[in-house]
Amino acid sequence: MQLSVNSSEPEAILKSLVDLRRGDAAVLDRIDMPGDDARRLMELGFLPGTTVTAGQSAPGGDPRVFQVDGSEIALRRETARRLKVRPTRRPAR
Amino acid sequence: MSGCNECRSCSDTPLLEFPESAARPKAVALIGPPNSGKTTLFNRLTGLRQKVANFPGVTVEQHSGIAELPDGRAARIIDLPGVYSLSPRSEDEQVAHDVLTGAKPGTEKPEAILLVLDSTNLQRHLMLAAPILSLGVPTLIILNMADDLRNRGGHLDLEALEGQLGAPVALISARQDEGIERVWEFLAGAMLKPSPRELPVLQDVPKCRQWAGRMGSNANYHPPAPPKWTRRLDSVFLHPIGGPLVFAAVLVLVFQTIFSYATPLMDAVTWLFVSSGNWFASQLPWPLLRSLVEVVWVKGCGSVIVFLPQVLLLYLFIGILEDSGYLARAALIADRTMARFGLQGKSFIPLLSAHACAVPAIMATRTIENKRDRFATILIAPFMTCSARLQVYLLIIAAFIPNRPILGALLSARTAAMLGLYLLGFLTAVVTARILKSSILRSGRTPFLLEMPSYRWPTVQSIGLRLVDRGKVFLRRVGTVILVVTAILFVLTKLPLIHGQAPPIEDSLAGTIGRTIEPAIKPLGFNWKIGIGLITALASRETIISSLGSIYGMDESNKAGLQQALRRDLTPGGALALLIFFAFAMQCISTIAVVRRETGGWKWPALQFAYMSVLAYVGAFVAFHVVR
Repeated sequence: MQLSVNSSEPEAILKSLVDLRRGDAAVLDRIDMPGDDARRLMELGFLPGTTVTAGQSAPGGDPRVFQVDGSEIALRRETARRLKVRPTRRPAR
Repeated sequence: MSGCNECRSCSDTPLLEFPESAARPKAVALIGPPNSGKTTLFNRLTGLRQKVANFPGVTVEQHSGIAELPDGRAARIIDLPGVYSLSPRSEDEQVAHDVLTGAKPGTEKPEAILLVLDSTNLQRHLMLAAPILSLGVPTLIILNMADDLRNRGGHLDLEALEGQLGAPVALISARQDEGIERVWEFLAGAMLKPSPRELPVLQDVPKCRQWAGRMGSNANYHPPAPPKWTRRLDSVFLHPIGGPLVFAAVLVLVFQTIFSYATPLMDAVTWLFVSSGNWFASQLPWPLLRSLVEVVWVKGCGSVIVFLPQVLLLYLFIGILEDSGYLARAALIADRTMARFGLQGKSFIPLLSAHACAVPAIMATRTIENKRDRFATILIAPFMTCSARLQVYLLIIAAFIPNRPILGALLSARTAAMLGLYLLGFLTAVVTARILKSSILRSGRTPFLLEMPSYRWPTVQSIGLRLVDRGKVFLRRVGTVILVVTAILFVLTKLPLIHGQAPPIEDSLAGTIGRTIEPAIKPLGFNWKIGIGLITALASRETIISSLGSIYGMDESNKAGLQQALRRDLTPGGALALLIFFAFAMQCISTIAVVRRETGGWKWPALQFAYMSVLAYVGAFVAFHVVR
């Protein structure tokens, strides 16, 4: 399933959750995964248009915990790569 | 130990029978997202003690129990595994789905639903309310963890939410026993079908989430502040260097405690058991009966009972890890290592709990969505050092390894040996997983998703109850299986009678059996006495301790106790071979039975038994010939 809220965004500049460093936040744009897997991610809160914040990770940066919709969910790098985000400025912290 | 309290859930029969006199009580299902506290509420309502812990996926199949209403009527409460939606993806979610829709054979369709949601994350959890309310069954929406919500400054307008959802809403804390009256009122009162003002298209997750968000904001839901302490603790426990160090320190602490600090407790249990047993034996009339009690009960079962403190300590530590929420972090830290062996971090949670007992661990694999990953985890779980192996290791290590410090008070030689054996089991398991995953169980990867629960203080009550249950199970086991096997062994050592006298033990039936199999185990460095112990260990691993205790206990020339007797009969190489044999062999009937049930046939347990037996024999052979 490919869900796109803002499909006019050119693919090339879309980053994914992998590019977020700890403390960075970004708005999720779409999930590049098969229907079932995308659905489960959405049920956990990874909905296009939602803000996702990168949190702590296991040693080596994989998997990483993401704060989304009030929960903390750990994703492997291979999954996080498929969750594309809209480019945003790094929040002032 | 292979028999365990979690196994109450193994049987398919309900935990309680219906009261004969009353009309058939109405069935009420408890449903909600994982880790929202359904089982805690279930235990409150029914007075039962299903296992609860602080990570998603503790309940993997339905349990039911009777809740007695204040007016004397009863309701049958069905506790279901957690679900994120009604479109099931894993085995445990399928169970929940089937029960709710009446598709589960043998379980009646529930007449009412208690939907348990986490009030600290209401808007996401409310998504589940849409498909539940659309079932048209009378539903009480329970917002749990009211104490957390309040402490972290969140609030909402219950009446407004009720109006929005068209169903009654209760704000409770199942852990603190707060607000439960509303649940009782619902169960006792008229159950009206819900009349929600609007419901979203159920298949459309974004629409469902929008709907849930609107419900929340119309009810003036103010989400609580982020859990400050969870973030702080995670910055330590998930620190790139600190995290693994804490993990290692926790493990060493567990083992060091089991070895050193448990000794006084162990001595106390031994003294109590031996002195009371001997007193009892001395009151008995006939010499044969006296010797039966002395040998079978005091020396046989007694040598197992002394390990009760250690087994309880192990459960105490596992309980604290589970209830605090640390287990999910351990799974996160371990995920990369697990990935290297073709598994995922979710497999790590069953593997960790297999250190208590493989049976509940194998059932816990139901949370793994990918069937091949799940089977691989089932096949390797019995390699984990369970509490029955722990007792055998404790005995042999104490007999053969001097209690010398390695790192001062931090780590003794015995603790190091024990850690080594745990590591051996774990490594064998993951290497086996690698082999399975690159051959017969090859599969595509499913995404790894693990929700990190907020840390909570483990309650004394929850852990205390679990320890009491474990203690009872342990003692019941000693009093049944182990006692019976040891008693049969005793009889076999006294037969056949020669001129009305018991024969020398070598010539008895037991001795003959032992010496018949001796050629097969001689290459491993074991004599016929150890051989008899190995045979009895097929009933359950720790039975070897009571068998050896009674065989050596009968020997009048040996007054010095089991450890000294073992030192006399086993070379260091033989002792190592025995440890290796126990580390690898699948000597547990309950595990074989649960693997058969969970994999739906004899193929996998047969393969597993053969593999583990060959590994045990070859491993012990190599160990004996290398060390001697």
